[in-house]
Amino acid sequence: MSVVSDTVRVAQPGSAIGQSVRDSLVVARRNLIRMSRIPEMLIFGLIQPIMFVVLFSYVFGGSMTIAGSNDPGTYREFLMAGIFAQTVTFATAGAGAGIADDMHKGLIDRFRSLPMARGAVLTGRTLADLVQTAFTLVVLAVVALLVGWRTHTSVGEVLGAFGLLLLAGYAFTWIGALIGLSVRTPEAATSGGLIWLFPVTFVSNAFVFTGQMTPWLRHVADWNPFSATVQACRELFGNPGVSQSDAWPMQHPVWASLIYSILIIVIFRTLAVRKYRSATA
Amino acid sequence: MPGAIYAEGLVKTFGDVRALDGVDFDVPEGTVLGLLGPNGAGKTTAVRCLTTLLRPDRGKAIVAGIDVLKNPNEVRRSIGLSGQFAAVDEYLTGRENLQMVGQLYQMKAKDAKVRAGELLEQFNLADAADRPAKTYSGGMRRRLDLAAALVVSPPVMFMDEPTTGLDPRNRQQLWEVIKRLVSGGTTLLLTTQYLEEADHLAHDICVVDHGRVIARGTSDQLKARTGGERVEVVVHEREHIATASEVLQGFGKGETTVEEHTRKLTVPVTGGAKLLAEVIRELDTRGIEIDDIGLRRPTLDDVFISLTGHLAEAEDEENGAGRDAKGRKAKAKQEPVQDKDEAKKEATP
Repeated sequence: MSVVSDTVRVAQPGSAIGQSVRDSLVVARRNLIRMSRIPEMLIFGLIQPIMFVVLFSYVFGGSMTIAGSNDPGTYREFLMAGIFAQTVTFATAGAGAGIADDMHKGLIDRFRSLPMARGAVLTGRTLADLVQTAFTLVVLAVVALLVGWRTHTSVGEVLGAFGLLLLAGYAFTWIGALIGLSVRTPEAATSGGLIWLFPVTFVSNAFVFTGQMTPWLRHVADWNPFSATVQACRELFGNPGVSQSDAWPMQHPVWASLIYSILIIVIFRTLAVRKYRSATA
Repeated sequence: MPGAIYAEGLVKTFGDVRALDGVDFDVPEGTVLGLLGPNGAGKTTAVRCLTTLLRPDRGKAIVAGIDVLKNPNEVRRSIGLSGQFAAVDEYLTGRENLQMVGQLYQMKAKDAKVRAGELLEQFNLADAADRPAKTYSGGMRRRLDLAAALVVSPPVMFMDEPTTGLDPRNRQQLWEVIKRLVSGGTTLLLTTQYLEEADHLAHDICVVDHGRVIARGTSDQLKARTGGERVEVVVHEREHIATASEVLQGFGKGETTVEEHTRKLTVPVTGGAKLLAEVIRELDTRGIEIDDIGLRRPTLDDVFISLTGHLAEAEDEENGAGRDAKGRKAKAKQEPVQDKDEAKKEATP
């Protein structure tokens, strides 16, 4: 047997952007194959938001006053934007754990020794997470429709809302990527990717009407990037409970959500790629 | 003209630990250099610096004629790295793993697929090609990892402890693969904790300890410095020790050492198996009953004892692996008097 093959030729690199896109897609494909072979992860990822829909709408539903109504149905419509937004942000933990696992198993070393685009390992992972998030959102939307959630706007606006959700989810996976590169074990990345999400998603307009919060807390909630996405979705779905706060993100939630997401991507992508370049398993 | 792998004055510190403390070597094209040393000696750090994974604080590194510090991405096109862990995605099949690596070496998807098939065939993985790597045995994973490093038949290869954790049969198999690879003209830098492995595979050996090259030469040269082979005898009766000692002294090239309580006698010799047979005959003629006799060749520990005065102290493989800084720290704890060690090294010619 001959170990050395003469047939192998390494192609000369095309444009840097072309290579970056191509490499990212190769890595994204790898992560998608991986996810498809660990279906239990996907299923657990679905159970959690579905459980939240059921728990919140039936446990809290009767005791919440939204837009002057304490009808559980009103709360259910109010709630869904919050659950959607929380679900997309929880992708952070998956991205972090995946990257930490790659570090731990020496795969990041292998990737870093290959002549591939520098950001591609992380971009590929976040793109794969985006696909998973989209799938989760579809299933969740069906469940939401079953428990009585409805939209009252045009198809374009509804799709726009889902677009904002995916962008926000994508932005948060870059935070996860940075966490994954910064911790030593996948377990630490999972919990480290989740704990800070609880205050972020609860000190917001996702599950309660912010008008009832104490003023300083309400201020935090109004400027919370997460609230902007929730508010934008409520507006675009035509669901009740849109905040009347004077805070700029609450007045212009679509723009605020877009700006926040893009800012998060720019900042955390830069930090994560820099960290990757010096990553040591 | 420097060789295919060239390092000059490499220094890398982690905190206050000098993982590399001025390492030089030059590996001519088509040859194998073995970096031999215990865990935490700086072998992995050296490999990481040369494979663009780590930036040395000081020094110069040239691989395949390309400056590693100035042109890391060019270097990556010309090297293959097989690390201490089998760095394969366990949820991907063997074929998918190799295809992915090929594509990331910028091969066309179609070419990567063909190449993956070739390698799976060559590495005896064809039957398992479409099973997730999770189902592979340790030896199979190592082979897959090595195949991944060879996807583009790089002119320069780095292998960091390629056989650590493998059973003897798998180790032998991997050695065969590595030998074939080198006969094809590849330049190889190999790190190992086993003198035997360096002996088998490397043309030249650098012994590394505490981030420094403390000895270099061919395996024979190193063994000669270590004192070569010894005959070891365990006699059955304690009263035979004196006679046996007399016999051994006649064959030996040095002082015979005796351990009374274990009834073990050791003497340095030259002459190998033939001499051993003569020793056995002579002991038999004198009517000395023996429990055990053998020709002992120098081990890594012997090399270390003779070069540094201390044992190699190879740590538990799993713990020390991949973490030079940590390994070194653990070691520093065991040896609080590092200055003494340094002094010993200086004293050794």
